[in-house]
Amino acid sequence: MKTLAREQKLQHLYWRAGFGIPFRPDQASPGIKSAIRELLRQSGQAVPLEVALPRTETTLQADAQNAEMRLLRQRERQQGFVLLNNVWLQQMATSEAQLREKMTLFWHGHFACRLREPRFALQQHNTLREHALDKFPDLLLAISKDPGMLQFLNNQQNRKQRPNENFARELLELFTLGRGHYTEQDIKEAARAFTGWSYNPQGKFVFRTRQHDRGKKTFMGKRGNFSGEEILQIVVENPRTAEFLTEKIYAFFVSDTPHPERIQSLSSYFYETGYDIPKLLEKIFTAKWFYGPDVVGSKIKSPIELLAGLQRQFDVRYSDGRSPLVLQRALGQELFRPPNVSGWAGGRNWIDSSTLAFRLRIGPALLQDAALEVNLKPDDDTEPTAPRRRRQDGIRVVRAKADLNGLQQQLQKVKDRELIDRLSQKLLQVPLRPETAALLTQHIPSGAAHADKVTLLTLRLLSLPEYQLC
Amino acid sequence: MSALASGMLLVPNFLHGLDRGGLSLLANSNGKRLVVIQLSGGNDGLNTVVPYQNDLYYKARPSLAIPSREVLTLGKGLGLNPAMEKMRLLYDQGYVSILNSVGYPDPDRSHFRSMDIWHSASASDEYLSTGWLGRYLDSLSGPSANYAAIEVDDTLSLALKGAQYTGIAVQDVKRFFQATNDQFLKQAAQLHAEEHTHHQVDYLYKTLIDTQQSAGYLQEKTKVYRSKKEYPNGEFARHLKTIAELIASGVESRVYYASLTGFDTHVRQAGQQANLLRELSEGLYSFVEDLKQQQEFDNTVIMVFSEFGRRVAQNASNGTDHGTANNLFLIGGKLKQAGIYNEGPNLQDLDQGDLRYNIDFRNIYATLLHNWLDGNAAGILGGKTQLLTGLM
Repeated sequence: MKTLAREQKLQHLYWRAGFGIPFRPDQASPGIKSAIRELLRQSGQAVPLEVALPRTETTLQADAQNAEMRLLRQRERQQGFVLLNNVWLQQMATSEAQLREKMTLFWHGHFACRLREPRFALQQHNTLREHALDKFPDLLLAISKDPGMLQFLNNQQNRKQRPNENFARELLELFTLGRGHYTEQDIKEAARAFTGWSYNPQGKFVFRTRQHDRGKKTFMGKRGNFSGEEILQIVVENPRTAEFLTEKIYAFFVSDTPHPERIQSLSSYFYETGYDIPKLLEKIFTAKWFYGPDVVGSKIKSPIELLAGLQRQFDVRYSDGRSPLVLQRALGQELFRPPNVSGWAGGRNWIDSSTLAFRLRIGPALLQDAALEVNLKPDDDTEPTAPRRRRQDGIRVVRAKADLNGLQQQLQKVKDRELIDRLSQKLLQVPLRPETAALLTQHIPSGAAHADKVTLLTLRLLSLPEYQLC
Repeated sequence: MSALASGMLLVPNFLHGLDRGGLSLLANSNGKRLVVIQLSGGNDGLNTVVPYQNDLYYKARPSLAIPSREVLTLGKGLGLNPAMEKMRLLYDQGYVSILNSVGYPDPDRSHFRSMDIWHSASASDEYLSTGWLGRYLDSLSGPSANYAAIEVDDTLSLALKGAQYTGIAVQDVKRFFQATNDQFLKQAAQLHAEEHTHHQVDYLYKTLIDTQQSAGYLQEKTKVYRSKKEYPNGEFARHLKTIAELIASGVESRVYYASLTGFDTHVRQAGQQANLLRELSEGLYSFVEDLKQQQEFDNTVIMVFSEFGRRVAQNASNGTDHGTANNLFLIGGKLKQAGIYNEGPNLQDLDQGDLRYNIDFRNIYATLLHNWLDGNAAGILGGKTQLLTGLM
């Protein structure tokens, strides 16, 4: 029983800190403490994501006057995003640096930009990846100077004579302090400090001195000739920033139900360590309550967690690179396409009658190489609909190959009467009710070979609502 | 197994015990319904409702403007795109109200973000994770709200997502039924119908059971009635026909939602937009005729909108680029004021080449919620809206 409990803990840790544990025949099961150390160690180095984007993806401006050129550039952008999406998803599924992948996904939803150019999206992704497990002030400075961010929040247009407040507003509202902890005047003054923060066509940050407002600013009760860097400094000196980030990190890694005491103590620690992100995460993963009944199995998997998890555990290979995007869009979370700068709302927002019904069919369909059909809403920002082909384009079919060998081998020696128990413990993060287990038994032909039973049971378990939780 | 197969569960919770005594099925319902038609991609309003007496229009669009002799004239210097003959027929019968220069402050030119703003009814610097019609569902009392809105599609739009309740997306009732009719899952759901052990598990099972029941209910309800009305070919008209059949079958939803896509006409706009506007007009004409035959048109208002209009000047590819304010259509049998609601767009006073808005779209929502659906517009839209007078 003891080892089972440990196995469950490990599964929990790996679902939250990563995308699940792959089913390997020779699965080791270390103690929790050493598993956490190993997770942190394996994510210690940041390796940039390498994606060979389409070749002519080199100029900033499409030749808007030329229809053919425009169409070509649009296709290239589209291909670029397909590549980015596939490479990152594959990385989540296979990389040993699970925690870095997960934390990069968190920051992707926190500093949520919907960019037009795949090149800028890749650059921004690598900025987030590089600093995902740094100290937050370093990440904040780097992302504030990121060309994609400057473009998305209109800081190119933020000039001394005509300030644009977009970046300053989101910085305070969504990235650091949260609503209600600053004034409209603070936004105006901060915007002045970021005037002249810009980038060049090569995607390098440029400080345009002549557009910068060097005058005195009054920001959050302080007065001085503040630069953008100094504004960021003031913002992170405010413990409210630690609180705001901790609330979001808690919701992402622990539970959608806030726990004020835990959050308070974590956020003080985060602040005291100078916003050391790995230390905060280690604190969370080593807390006793992290393995408590109100936490384990309490989160609805995000679409990315669901898909990356399936890919990681069953080695899912899609027959078409567009397929993962189709699934993501149908489920409401497409990598690199957050709904707006506030990111994905998450939690129960993932679920409506259509997404739930679709979620329940995805696992079994992918594992059986069965076709999944879905009619997607258009995304005119990235792929303008060609009306003549509109109808054929509407329905997208997804097919994939998967591998259940690892799981079958792990369960090779398990007797029939224990099979449902053992398998459901491996696949589900919440206990399977005895009535449901009994129902499953009825649906398995008794004469089937052991490996086939594993397969049939797996398909059923993946179709249950319980599989949607982690 | 038997309980499910017996049909006992085919009626969703909200209908239990209500539909026999002729009681109103939905709390707060006055029997009226709203059909929302979304034109995705940013429809070019200036070539839809054409200011054919305005020289500035012809100057801004040397090769894309619609010649005045071809325009289907309406009045106030405005006329419809020649592809909209059927819309003109509806207009002539007093069923159509055209609202000009509809938009919002600080307009966003990204399709997605602007659609997000229209769906959530937010300000352009505000981010909401619920839609305006979803919040209307939330405001309906009791479990009745759950399936009071139906979108004819495979996936559900933000507009129909509330905090507590969401609409359902059904492209095809039969396919929806089949997709949710897995016997194993039905049995598993049934085992969970009464349990309250784990709140997330319960929540998912409850959603699953609601979905299965709704699918069964819709399947049961619609299997008898088939519209005899002729509709044009194509997916959009088919979706309208589905809505008409749901309505005529007595499905008690308050809100229906459908989309027509392909309006992002940067290149060679004329033919593409004409085809779409024809599809729109002909589809809506058949839909209105169908509802009239069923005595359901007087209870219905149709709103046709797009996420933004397009720039006043054409581009060099015989198309138009993303713009701002736009016109919006309201269609119904009982509009108080049909015709052209307000002055056409002012082409003289532009904002860097874009139309300025005159009517905030959220005021239209407020009017629909308050004057038509008997909803609490202030609560749903945050209290900053004003009602449009004389419309309904």
